[in-house]
Amino acid sequence: MAGDILFDALRTALGPTAASYALLAIGLNIHFGFTGLLNFGQAGFMLVGAYGVAITVSTFGGPLWLGVIVGLLGAVVLALILGVPTLRLRADYLAITTIAAAEILRLLVRSTAAEPITGGVFGLRQFGGDFFALNPLPDGRTYFGALAASPNRAWVMIVGWSLVGLMTLLVWALMRSPWGRVIRSIREDEDAARSLGKNVFSFKMQSLVLGGAIGALGGALFALSLQTVQPDTFLPQVTFYAFAILILGGTASTAGPIVGATIFWFLIGSLQSGLRRFSDAGMLPDFFGAQAVGAVTLTFVGVLIMALMIFRPQGILGDKKELQLDVS
Amino acid sequence: MTRVSRLGLLVLLLFAALGSLGTAALAQDTEQIGGRLVADGDGVPGVDIAVATIDGELVGVGTSDDNGEWSVELPEAGTYLVTIDVATLPAGVELRDPERQELELRVSEGSSATALFALGEREEVGSILLQRLAQSTFNGVKFGLIIAMTAIGLSLIFGTTGLINFAHGDLVTLGAFLAYTFNVIVGLHLIPSALIAIVLTAAFSGGIDAGLWRPLRRRGTGLIAMLVISIGLAFVIRHVILFFFGGSRRPYNDYPLQLATQVGPVRVQPVELWVMGLSVLILVGVALMLTRTRLGKGMRAVADNRDLAESSGIDVQRVILSVWIMGGGLTAVGGIFLGMIESVDYLMGFRLLLLMFAGVILGGLGTAYGAMLGSLIVGLVSEVSTVFFSSQLKYVWALGVLIIILLVRPQGLLGQKERIG
Repeated sequence: MAGDILFDALRTALGPTAASYALLAIGLNIHFGFTGLLNFGQAGFMLVGAYGVAITVSTFGGPLWLGVIVGLLGAVVLALILGVPTLRLRADYLAITTIAAAEILRLLVRSTAAEPITGGVFGLRQFGGDFFALNPLPDGRTYFGALAASPNRAWVMIVGWSLVGLMTLLVWALMRSPWGRVIRSIREDEDAARSLGKNVFSFKMQSLVLGGAIGALGGALFALSLQTVQPDTFLPQVTFYAFAILILGGTASTAGPIVGATIFWFLIGSLQSGLRRFSDAGMLPDFFGAQAVGAVTLTFVGVLIMALMIFRPQGILGDKKELQLDVS
Repeated sequence: MTRVSRLGLLVLLLFAALGSLGTAALAQDTEQIGGRLVADGDGVPGVDIAVATIDGELVGVGTSDDNGEWSVELPEAGTYLVTIDVATLPAGVELRDPERQELELRVSEGSSATALFALGEREEVGSILLQRLAQSTFNGVKFGLIIAMTAIGLSLIFGTTGLINFAHGDLVTLGAFLAYTFNVIVGLHLIPSALIAIVLTAAFSGGIDAGLWRPLRRRGTGLIAMLVISIGLAFVIRHVILFFFGGSRRPYNDYPLQLATQVGPVRVQPVELWVMGLSVLILVGVALMLTRTRLGKGMRAVADNRDLAESSGIDVQRVILSVWIMGGGLTAVGGIFLGMIESVDYLMGFRLLLLMFAGVILGGLGTAYGAMLGSLIVGLVSEVSTVFFSSQLKYVWALGVLIIILLVRPQGLLGQKERIG
């Protein structure tokens, strides 16, 4: 049984969901890790990316590439709308506004009025045709050895982790550039950056847009891997999963989100698989249904966030000197 | 009872009778939800009806047949949300009450439940608009008072410590479920259960200040780190409750929803009047406490300027602990009241948290009176919006107010300008 649980956990850790969350966490790292912006609405950016693809392809019959562009543009617009009222205020105002905006988006997409376009509570499906038509892997066999991925799953994994790699390279290059130095100086001391003549508001806005767009890319990947979007996938807890990943891997460390996402989903995967298998084997009390497994998983995420922030705020790869964040 | 409501009762009975016919035909040992859609005596075919769990996970979609009958098989007993897809209704047929597009049904082991959607022409005329305005204003004040009680603690905690406590909503849930435990599981009457729950929640709230936040403050942990920790704490409280109580909505044993009486244009249930009256009394009590007593003055002084308060001899740590205890007790009161007029479920506090944020920022972060005023406005906005727009979007309007106030007056209605950076 231990072997089965291990393979389940590895499948989760390297699967498309982990890659999507790595992208969300890379976006959050630009916001929170490097710029000090407290974005609690990454689920909203993810929703925009996912629905950008789904609506363009499924509702309007457009091509996939257009859908991805629509999703990215949507994220840019969302970042501008959120940034204008809040980026001049304290960090915690941005936190509240972004979590509220993400919920507003979810409720709007879910409403009956939006149903002709978004499918309402039913969501949208069948928009991945173009994506899977590009799959060069031959049918009828499984990939990645013991991970036993179907050709479609293997294709999403290859594309997903390549995107994660590309975005990590982009962040690495950006943070070595003058732009990255300004961003980090804003995090350390906004007034100092301003006194050197930097337009702090504009730099913060650029960071919000860039991180949001990477989050939207994660959303598009997530939608393509599941082949369906439903509004209630984008609950606020999605954002806090991404935060747990970021903190676990190491806030303000370039490779942190990759390390964080794989380890986080390895832990979640082994926890869920273990509980389910023990439950099936009758080794757990009767009331341990699917809901209890979910509840235990989410409690674990909460404990993980608290324990990391209290005992090891720099995570696995982070540098404690980079973390002198405060509201100011 | 007026003529209209008597007619409504008749229609309801008729549908119940139809529904029970349907149930008899469907009786079997798996759980399912079904019903028959009727307009002007004929079945309505081709209408989609979605059944989802209380967490929003879709279970299945049923389509009504030529007879108007539909059903959806369920995986297990529990509470489900049944939504009729109004876009699939034929022309000329509408929901009689557009509010009742989404129904909540409890299905017990091995039985079927019937979802009733009253179809026909929409009943709406000019005078009903005024009546609905009055009714929604009443609901808004009721809801706003509850938000206000829970939001005072959030605002004062921010004022005294600078922490935005994301676990505040889950203290509301905790209070409501503690009262549920003593009321339904232990079997006490709701009033002693509520008192025990309030004391326990206040103690828990004080306990996390003494055991968690004070050591972190002493260690010099940054505010953003503490904010993220409060999110972790919120996750833990919320999902431990989910683990023990499950995801369905539950009512208290006492004061069930009673028959409403007509007061002027508004339909009122006695329990609602009690909830509102007690809320006003408690809010006035808190306001008097803040202005008249030594501790209350200390709270306002620390919230206003912590260093100045400390240097004038106020024991800041003791004041902060009192704020946590008082805030915790008030959240429990709010949670129990909300449970009495609606029901309790593990997400109730989180839904309320976003409205509390809106209320607190609208009124002015860190002020107690601002929190009261802002929360009342948020409650009113969300309820009155349902007169003009879909009730599915009522929180959208309340949260929209939050974004507008940040654009126009970020310090809030009663806040001071220097509070924001």
